[in-house]
Amino acid sequence: MRGRLKLLFPIAAVAALVMAAVSGAGHPRGGTLVFGTSTDPVILDPILVSDGESLRPIRQIYEGLMSVKAGTAQVIPSLARSFKVANGGKVYTFTLRKGVKFHDGTAFNAQAVCYNFNRWYNFTGPFQSSAATSYWQSIFGGFKSTVGNAQAPEGQRQSLFRSCKVVNASTARITLTRASGSFVGALSLPSFSMSSPKALREYEANKAEVRGGSPVFTGTYGFAHPTGTGPYRFEAWRVRERLSLVRNGSYWGPKAHLSRIIFRPISSNAARLQALQTGEVQGYDLVDPQDMPTLRTTRGLKLLDRPAFNVAYVAINQAKPPMNRLAVRQAVAYGLDRNAVANSGIYAGRGQVAHAFMPPALFGYAKNVKKYNYDPARSRRLLQQAGLSLPVKIQFWYPTGVQRPYMPDPPRIFQAFKASLDRAGFDVEARAAPWRPDYLNAAQTGDAGHLHLLGWTGDYADPDNFLGEFFGAPKPQWGFNNPKIHNLLQRADAETNRKKRIALYQQANRLIMEFLPGVPYAHTKPGLGFQTRVRGYIPSPVSLEPFRLVFFGGGV
Amino acid sequence: MLRFVVRRLLLLVPILIGLSLLVFIFIRALPGSPAESLLGERATAETIAQVREQYGLDEPIYVQYFKYLEATVVERDLGVSIASRRDVWQEIKERFPATVELTLAAMLFAVGLGIPLGFLAAKRYGGIFDHASLFTSLIGISIPIFFLALILKYIFAVRLGWFPSIGRTSILTVVEPRTNFYVIDTILARDWEALRDVLRHLVLPAIALGSIPLAIVARITRAAVLDVQNEDYVRTARAKGLSGFVVDRRHVLRNALLPVSTIIGLQVGLLLSGAVLTETVFARPGMGTWLTDAIFARDYPVLQSGILFLSIVFVLVNLVVDITYAIINPRIRYS
Repeated sequence: MRGRLKLLFPIAAVAALVMAAVSGAGHPRGGTLVFGTSTDPVILDPILVSDGESLRPIRQIYEGLMSVKAGTAQVIPSLARSFKVANGGKVYTFTLRKGVKFHDGTAFNAQAVCYNFNRWYNFTGPFQSSAATSYWQSIFGGFKSTVGNAQAPEGQRQSLFRSCKVVNASTARITLTRASGSFVGALSLPSFSMSSPKALREYEANKAEVRGGSPVFTGTYGFAHPTGTGPYRFEAWRVRERLSLVRNGSYWGPKAHLSRIIFRPISSNAARLQALQTGEVQGYDLVDPQDMPTLRTTRGLKLLDRPAFNVAYVAINQAKPPMNRLAVRQAVAYGLDRNAVANSGIYAGRGQVAHAFMPPALFGYAKNVKKYNYDPARSRRLLQQAGLSLPVKIQFWYPTGVQRPYMPDPPRIFQAFKASLDRAGFDVEARAAPWRPDYLNAAQTGDAGHLHLLGWTGDYADPDNFLGEFFGAPKPQWGFNNPKIHNLLQRADAETNRKKRIALYQQANRLIMEFLPGVPYAHTKPGLGFQTRVRGYIPSPVSLEPFRLVFFGGGV
Repeated sequence: MLRFVVRRLLLLVPILIGLSLLVFIFIRALPGSPAESLLGERATAETIAQVREQYGLDEPIYVQYFKYLEATVVERDLGVSIASRRDVWQEIKERFPATVELTLAAMLFAVGLGIPLGFLAAKRYGGIFDHASLFTSLIGISIPIFFLALILKYIFAVRLGWFPSIGRTSILTVVEPRTNFYVIDTILARDWEALRDVLRHLVLPAIALGSIPLAIVARITRAAVLDVQNEDYVRTARAKGLSGFVVDRRHVLRNALLPVSTIIGLQVGLLLSGAVLTETVFARPGMGTWLTDAIFARDYPVLQSGILFLSIVFVLVNLVVDITYAIINPRIRYS
């Protein structure tokens, strides 16, 4: 037996070498990857979705003008080769990649770009529902029929988009109503991917009705004929069982390794892990923190880290005295033992202390912000110097019945913070409320005590999606109006020169951590589970992994 | 008999109205609404109000109820899921067969094993087999389905790899859905490989779900057989020289099965509720997983119509049980 094995080894090695040489890219081609998802996509028409399980396959079938570099939050050109900004950041001229074809054989060109943008801007009826076009509305605002219309919801009365013009077949010009630096970053969202105009028309993508308040799409485009330019083509979708994509053999770029990817919906976290253990799936997302040790220690399985793209924070409401005084906010910051929380078992070794309201992976992050290491004596001093008698009574809210990647166990996080604040001269009164609707309502209306726990996971790679979201304008949640910060963030959003934008956001980060509207305490890395033989999966901070790079390697 | 059936069917109307009202109110009594569930931390007071208005959740609850009744009864529209935006009736048509298939498989397991076990235990009354089966059936009744399902899955799917752990078919098995009962569909398509795959996926869930009814059926059979065995007519049959086998089959078992058949009917409710748990553990796309997900998403249309549908099924099954009972036992007459 042993002798036979010895003989087999060199043969296998030679065979592997030959295979590698033939495949060209150095990785073995072919194979089917089954990936466990938490649920089915809603629809495969990019503009109509904002949830992760819809965006995951869409990212493989479609491409947009911009994309993000694998494994980073860096925005790079995709179907656009380059772009030029003119007129103070209001006019974007995109030079498009040539020779790109949609899966139905039609050409991708400037006409297709404008067709897509005009389709979105001219949406009517059910398509204007926030449940249908949530990303369009959060980035661009309104539609042609709602702009300037007093009857439309407030957020839809303006639009960032003005027009799209075909300059020539490979040049499209998009004009905005105001300067926006985050526009290009937002275009990397798969929601703004390019669909084949022919397929959109043929399969009635614009057919919909409203039933019981829900927009219901009655055309077959998004269910049976999604047509993009991506490295994978749609093959079949049987709801609740499988969605399969096959390699696009005429892809314009380096072709995918795997010949087929199948997304299989399994709603229970435990069932996804077991399906990985039995080999019924070869990878899955959204690993529970308690399952991570199993993945790490089981032979043949591995845990991949997704770079942190979230922030957990303790919000301070300045509308509630004495929080309007900087010294008291500083006392809170010095009184929160963030290290003990972020590096504790609560985060299962996947947390890191946050020093800013945005993740370090994102441009505009500043390392030299004011830092507040745990120092209870200093907190007490600050409170006394502010003329307050100790202990200072404060109300601290935390949510129940919720688990977020950035907040795996809110009651335990609260307990740890309460203990450290009590040592720092505060008398913390605990208030718990169910996540929805009570807690979120209270937080947003500014009724969640002096302090409350909350956090955020980024949608796309732009600081505006963090800092702008929190502090771009006065909000009852924070209870302050600081024109210096609000204006700086609005200026940063409008700036289109990347270097200047970075500098502005760094300045904003420093300013914010001086002003202390709240205390960010943790960034966490979510995990993905795989069989070890699955290679080339590069976790993305914004959860946009290209399956094009994935292949089956050797190994156990 | 006909009058009995008609009366029972007419009684369905007030039951359904009462039930729909209860379900409607209970669901709305849950904290949160689809709005918060859809929006999460992105919710602002403004967007929540907008979504609530969109789904008509800002109207008084009785207005909402009457609108719901109107849509369901007059327009025969069960609505659209808020989370998946799929037609609720379409979804029921695809999912309900999966649940029925699992329930029937579990029933088959419980009856097919329970009756012989109970019969043997009675025949060996007081012996080791009797004690052993009593003991196992006690365990069977006491273990929660959920727990048993997890254990079975861990041992036979994850550890030993004998059976699949999730779904109704393997990922590469394609079943052309005609009836959505995959066992029937694969037989219709004469795809024996696929049929084998579908059956393999049924084994563990059916055992998990069928364990409690199995224990109950075995115990009732045992008691009934013991009872009947001492009847005069059994003694007479023996005395006139019939073989043991014929006596058991014709006189003992046939009479003993009467109480067992009632019990089987009553188990349907238990099986339907148990299917919810079993489906979740084995990720089978049936009514159970659908309703559980809908509770978390506060998907009102799905919950309202899904629960109501299951209730109708439950009531109808009970009616059918009553009727078959009369057919099996001619001594019973309904009026």
